[in-house]
Amino acid sequence: MTLMKSLMGAAAAVALTSGAALADPALIFDLGGKFDKSFNEAAHNGASRWAEETGGTYHEIELQSEAQREQALRRFAESGANPIITMGFAMADPLAAVAGDYPDTKFVAVDVNWLDIPNIRQVAFAEHEGSYLVGMMAAMASESGTVGFIGGMDIPLIRHFGCGYAQGAKAVNPDINIVANMTGTTPTAWNDPVKGSELTKAQISQGADVIYAAAGGTGVGVLQTAADEGILSIGVDSNQNHLHPGKVLTSMLKRVDVAVYDAMSAGEDVETGVFTMGLAEEGVGVALDDNNAALISDEMKAAVDKARQEIIDGNVSVVSYYENDSCPALQF
Amino acid sequence: MEFFLTLIQVLDSTIRLATPLLLACLAGLYSERAGIFDIGLEGKMLMAAFFSAAVAAVTGSVWLGLLAGIASSLALSGLHGLASITFRGNQLISGVAINFLAAGLTVLVAQSWFQQGGRTPSLFGGGRFVPIEFPFAETVSGVPVIGPIYSELLSGHSVLVYVAFLMVPATWWILFRTRFGLRLRAVGENPAAVDTAGVSVVGLRYAAVAICGVLCGIAGAYLATALQAGFVKDMTAGRGFIALAALIFAKWRPWHAMGACLLFGLLQAVALRFQNIDLGGVVIPVQVMDALPYILTVVILAGFVGKAVPPRAGGEPYVKER
Repeated sequence: MTLMKSLMGAAAAVALTSGAALADPALIFDLGGKFDKSFNEAAHNGASRWAEETGGTYHEIELQSEAQREQALRRFAESGANPIITMGFAMADPLAAVAGDYPDTKFVAVDVNWLDIPNIRQVAFAEHEGSYLVGMMAAMASESGTVGFIGGMDIPLIRHFGCGYAQGAKAVNPDINIVANMTGTTPTAWNDPVKGSELTKAQISQGADVIYAAAGGTGVGVLQTAADEGILSIGVDSNQNHLHPGKVLTSMLKRVDVAVYDAMSAGEDVETGVFTMGLAEEGVGVALDDNNAALISDEMKAAVDKARQEIIDGNVSVVSYYENDSCPALQF
Repeated sequence: MEFFLTLIQVLDSTIRLATPLLLACLAGLYSERAGIFDIGLEGKMLMAAFFSAAVAAVTGSVWLGLLAGIASSLALSGLHGLASITFRGNQLISGVAINFLAAGLTVLVAQSWFQQGGRTPSLFGGGRFVPIEFPFAETVSGVPVIGPIYSELLSGHSVLVYVAFLMVPATWWILFRTRFGLRLRAVGENPAAVDTAGVSVVGLRYAAVAICGVLCGIAGAYLATALQAGFVKDMTAGRGFIALAALIFAKWRPWHAMGACLLFGLLQAVALRFQNIDLGGVVIPVQVMDALPYILTVVILAGFVGKAVPPRAGGEPYVKER
């Protein structure tokens, strides 16, 4: 990102690692930063909860540039931190390069599930299942018969969100019209609320009256404009209902905090392998609280509970975008 | 009629997207016409976006926010002036440094001030610029063709949009019809001649850089307090660089700058409205629309559509009595 921030980040890494006691867990935040109100903040919350409950300490670094990924991994591994928890799919390649050099260290990779390395615990989320549920709610709340989806950077993971959402909406109303847009193709798409606002306005003019934003900081603009224009929005990752009380229909929760908390609790003995956290494991879900209570009808709640149970039981299967890189319910 | 309404909506979006580009582009125009290259437009806008949102959030007054945004952008301009005019440093490096400084400083200050992860709290009420409705906008909206144009396209923008578009004739008049403008242009072409005539080169260049700071400040405040309701890190998202591209595209002329910014705004608006455009069997992916501003600039720079000649003394510090 910036030279100054890189230097500060590097200095922080030195400060953190130099005094490291043995076998404290370490947490590496992705570029979005610790307080992104979303993905990374959830990890921070999980780690804080662990530290409060156990009185333990952990090390952390907020990455400032791509170049720091491998460097941060090696520093923590050299200092004896164990396990080392990484956030985001972009850590897969650095992990593949580093993990083999430290066979006694356990690594935990959140949002990664395709590596074949014995000392990594890979935790992926079934985002399509959670998105399916919010898609159902969107279709039930929509009066116009058109719902919207705004993604951040156009990557398979975000299409995965959109695909589950579209399937959920179509399950409720097979004739529903789904408008889907991606903000961009570069990482700036995660932090462009102005574009998020314009996309929201464009989707509103196409008839959308519920819009799901899976777009990081760009989503702030989507939720804001939706609230200004008097339509409903759906937040993502963390519970974003409180951002505009009564105007955010719900949020698709991705319990990154649970994944981080569990890994820290298990400590050095953390089980490795590939784990998927779906509805059954409560890894994903929908946010219901005081802020959106008035928006959720009993009928909506019953339908969502029923669908959740059916997905867990295997009676309803939500197609994953990853299966064949295409979506049955939505053309991107 | 359906098509017409869509067109109006796209053009409406174009105006909103073109406004920050236009303000930043005119800012760069003043600076570069005076011989000071400025690639720090992005950083100044970002800094202004943060301080306008922060002060508006704390005081609840968007006008105080605007002033704070302009002041913070002016401070960076002063830094750029100090480095490149007084100390005769490299203007490009100073500009890059300003971009870095703004990207880091905004998040750092925001975090220690508001503890919301490098954001400002959401603005509401008097903390935001509200759209200005033209008189009778509601009444005439039913009139075919003219109604939507008046009530949707022209009416309903924040005051800063109108300021931006009024700045175009104002800039033309200042640069080409006033003594100050003549001297400002001369200082970018041949500073020695201006010096010989007994006019301060340093003073003129500082004035140009200051005007640049004010305009960038308005652009940043527009992003954070009119288009959005708060600051998010890196929220300028490269608009300062697109404005620079527009400036080259316009060959450093005010009216052409407006045309270039509207064109770039239109490309963005179309890309946002239509994900993929189907032209009789040939599908144009949205990425092409996103890349077009840069492609067009390269085409212009390569000299296919006339030659883009920057001010002759641009980028060179003025050294008296060599």
